[in-house]
Amino acid sequence: MSDTTHHPHHQQLIGLHVNGEQYEILTEPRRTLADALRHDLGITGTHVGCEHGICGACTVLLDDAPVRSCLMFAAQAEGARVRTVESLSDGRELSDLQQAFSAHHALQCGFCTPGFLMLAEGFLAERPDATKEEIREVVAANLCRCTGYQTIVEAIDDCAAARRRVAPTALAPAQDD
Amino acid sequence: MKPAAFTYHRARDVDGATRLLAELGDEAKLIAGGQSLVAMMNFRLARPRHLIDIGGIDGLDHLRTDAGGALRVGALATHHAVHTAPPDRLGPGHAVIRDAMRWIGHLPIRTRGTVGGSLAHADATAEWCLLATLLDAELTARGPGGRRRIAARDFFHGYYTTALEPHEMLTEITFPRPAPHAALTEFAERQGDFATVSAAVSLDLADDGALRGGRVALGGVDALPVRVPEAEEALGSGAPPGPETFARCAEAAAAAIDPPDDANGSAHYRRTLTRTLVTRACEEAMAR
Ligand SMILES: Cc1cc2nc3c(=O)[nH]c(=O)nc-3n(C[C@H](O)[C@H](O)[C@H](O)COP(=O)(O)OP(=O)(O)OC[C@H]3O[C@@H](n4cnc5c(N)ncnc54)[C@H](O)[C@@H]3O)c2cc1C
Ligand code: FES
Ligand code: FES
Repeated sequence: MSDTTHHPHHQQLIGLHVNGEQYEILTEPRRTLADALRHDLGITGTHVGCEHGICGACTVLLDDAPVRSCLMFAAQAEGARVRTVESLSDGRELSDLQQAFSAHHALQCGFCTPGFLMLAEGFLAERPDATKEEIREVVAANLCRCTGYQTIVEAIDDCAAARRRVAPTALAPAQDD
Repeated sequence: MKPAAFTYHRARDVDGATRLLAELGDEAKLIAGGQSLVAMMNFRLARPRHLIDIGGIDGLDHLRTDAGGALRVGALATHHAVHTAPPDRLGPGHAVIRDAMRWIGHLPIRTRGTVGGSLAHADATAEWCLLATLLDAELTARGPGGRRRIAARDFFHGYYTTALEPHEMLTEITFPRPAPHAALTEFAERQGDFATVSAAVSLDLADDGALRGGRVALGGVDALPVRVPEAEEALGSGAPPGPETFARCAEAAAAAIDPPDDANGSAHYRRTLTRTLVTRACEEAMAR
């Protein structure tokens, strides 16, 4: 099998699958996924705060798992499904998670919100039966300088509870004791 | 764009990766999960001219317990995969490893960061480095010249330096024996940060509950994770497992170390943390 090589400064063709659509972009290998989304695709819902993994504003889903899009290069996302905050709503109505954030006042300036939404979306998909304590620990991944975390935790917990009422799930085994 | 320009290579297999490493020389770096490397590149603390992406190599993310009780973890297994591994692959004998994962960063770091990347990066407080030291892990490396196995005690050389040769790549880490009565705990300024001090203890308990000995390992008190024989002596003295023995063990650990004095904590503070964390790790190990 052959290894592939892309040269610096040379633009390289990268295929990205974002929110259900396939794109091809011409960019340098050092383009992060966050920058590729924002600058090459114009999908600007994903925010960029620190660019070294601390704030979580850039969180997106990669094959359903929450990841920091500033800590990977666009080329590393080839062959994976990327989901950004734009995928949550159908364009007319907000998703249940977004509505819960609104109802609980889980945002003020909103800069951090896309990251928190995608973190919660990925986490709840894997652990629909998450306890409030687990939610509290998970949102520690991201920084919010306005709201305080209480309302964010409540929004996510409320959304999870509502989803459970609609589609009751078997209680998943606890990961931690 | 924050990082310096580089040439991107995608390795299809281990031979391809090590061959590229050998061809490209010092200017090349492997990238696995990127959770340490990309942050360093965004700061331009690292400016590799060539990146060799090993993330797509098949068959290196395995996780299984052998019939003999050894746990084998592929270098590309993520922290999250270990955290959520089914019990038939990672059983109660290695629960300390599963439970340690919650201390590593946060969920979106754990979904990308890999076991091999953590060990190769060799942060003095990284949980994988402490686990490897505590449990006498064996690391498998492949290079252009073939395969070799390195004991954890020979692997870590100091701050961010290891026994890996420039053209070698880690492929697997093996934890040779189950450690059913073991625990890792730590203190960090904020949830998910690298620890200021971390402590891990494995107790050797007889079937009748008698304490036959134990191991104590610390992170954040030296340039590499260390075992503390002085503290282990307290566990092997024939004394019953309980508060007094654990307090003597913790006291011996705090006395034996010569911790750094820096912005993350004074030497005195680290010593105090060591005392508390070793006690806590003993209690948690005992409670298993
Ligand atoms: C916000 C944040 C918090 C974090 N908190 C913690 C924490 O509390 N504890 C902790 O342990 N870690 C923490 N990390 C780091 C994380 O665990 C990384 O996953 C890990 O350090 C490196 O793994 P990686 O796969 O991402 O490696 P990479 O970043 O891809 O590579 C790291 C280094 O290892 C080399 N390398 C990678 N794979 C191999 C291999 N198979 N063989 C040889 N060399 C290899 C690379 O060349 C590079 O030099 C944190 C990271 C962030 C961003
Ligand atoms: S911008 Fe990615 S974590 Fe802050
Ligand atoms: S709402 Fe402003 S940073 Fe979170």
